[in-house]
Amino acid sequence: MAMEMRLPVARKPLSERLGRDTKKHLVVPGDTITTDTGFMRGHGTYMGEEKLIASVAGSVERVNKLICVKALKTRYIGEVGDIVVGRITERRRSAEDELAMRGFLQEGDLISAEVQAVFSDGAVSLHTRSLKYGKLGQGVLVQVSPSLVRRQKTHLHDLPCGASVILGNNGFIWIYPTPEHKEEEAGGFIANLEPVSLADREVISRLRNCIISLVTQRMMLYDTSILYCYEASLPHQIKDILKPEIMEEIVMETRQRLLEQEG
Amino acid sequence: PVIPATSEAEEDLRVDGRGCEDYRCVEVETDVVSNTSGSARVKLGHTDILVGVKAEMGTPKLEKPNEGYLEFFVDCSASATPEFEGRGGDDLGTEIANTLYRIFNNKSSVDLKTLCISPREHCWVLYVDVLLLECGGNLFDAISIAVKAALFNTRIPRVRVLEDEEGSKDIELSDDPYDCIRLSVENVPCIVTLCKIGCRHVVDATLQEEACSLASLLVSVTSKGVVTCMRKVGKGSLDPESIFEMMETGKRVGKVLHASLQSVLHKEESLGPKRQKVGFLG
Repeated sequence: MAMEMRLPVARKPLSERLGRDTKKHLVVPGDTITTDTGFMRGHGTYMGEEKLIASVAGSVERVNKLICVKALKTRYIGEVGDIVVGRITERRRSAEDELAMRGFLQEGDLISAEVQAVFSDGAVSLHTRSLKYGKLGQGVLVQVSPSLVRRQKTHLHDLPCGASVILGNNGFIWIYPTPEHKEEEAGGFIANLEPVSLADREVISRLRNCIISLVTQRMMLYDTSILYCYEASLPHQIKDILKPEIMEEIVMETRQRLLEQEG
Repeated sequence: PVIPATSEAEEDLRVDGRGCEDYRCVEVETDVVSNTSGSARVKLGHTDILVGVKAEMGTPKLEKPNEGYLEFFVDCSASATPEFEGRGGDDLGTEIANTLYRIFNNKSSVDLKTLCISPREHCWVLYVDVLLLECGGNLFDAISIAVKAALFNTRIPRVRVLEDEEGSKDIELSDDPYDCIRLSVENVPCIVTLCKIGCRHVVDATLQEEACSLASLLVSVTSKGVVTCMRKVGKGSLDPESIFEMMETGKRVGKVLHASLQSVLHKEESLGPKRQKVGFLG
């Protein structure tokens, strides 16, 4: 058994550790951003008493004359074409629905779907019309803030380490063992409930911990960042990844590798 | 999902990579609240507990005239989880307080005679206030660790009873603010919660693991491995063999827990006032 108790250590702010020269301008709702009225208002701000005030908690971003506040935590706002992962809690009750769908998808099922349409009140309608989507079987769910899921061409990834992920735009990340045959996609309406092998489970647990590390350090989630983080974590035991100092080390390495790749 | 958690516990690999008997990383800090006689803060994963102990003078109970006593109060703060909004946390708070009363309800946990000032007239009452700041699973273990650490940190002022010629008594407080008595927390028990998932049991369950578990056993263990009390929670059933196994695991894990806590508390004390306190803004 493992048991570690320690005294808390004050953590240095991220900007100091990365050696950034300019600190981010952080605001909370109600803070004055600027009294200069020459700027255009962007998201997360409003005008009041001759000054620009923040309406969300986040960091101020300035592009020429446009000032907006990028919120740290956001609610998910659906867009057509987004992929979401979720659990069915309630469904439309109509006669045709009862006859057709109940056999396939029921309340309590975990599914992946695509956003078909967005209504004016913010509600979205989903479809699972492709074999890519549908009921999800064995796997692990990680819930993160939607703002950390980067928009990409595709959100279903088969990672080379042996597992696959679905990066839901709503912040729900689903990690599952890569199906052996290509025909048995993650979707369909029959959930594969066979037990998962220990090797696969280790990969999935490691990925899960890596994703949590990236999220704790406010890094964007996409296939490359997750993969680099996974590779950086290999020297450590899976359960150690969540220790504060190891998490920082792994994410720092990931950050550097991503910068090298871009630059 | 329920099914993966079951098979994971069976092969000693949980979702976060831990084994069935592994705890998450624990952070302990004492002396965090300045106007208390003793305080401690414990962070276990996402569970965050703050305990404050205040020593006040009171009258001994009728049936125990030579002893002081402890009073427990648990506050489930609404910021811990949305379920605690309004009066939602009251039931859980009462349940936890009652459990604390039970585990301390024996002669050896705390030597209550040291809390006596003058028999039948004056004694120290220790009001132990537990505040749940954040709820991330495994509340009982974290709270019991915090209570033990806070009691270790508690400093009770030394008093003398002066009796004059007419027989009236006066209580004199020592002039030196550092002249205090401390409690021995050697026999203070800690709770180890064992959650049954599938055929096996795990310690230190996260919120998701607790949701998958139908029955749990709370074992109160001292540093020597003595079980002071046990309690079963949950709607499911446990067969006697499981209970025995879980109790043995609880004793084994409990001894290691106490040893780790002891070493952290002594390390903190040895660093003395030079240590930079982290407190709430670290």
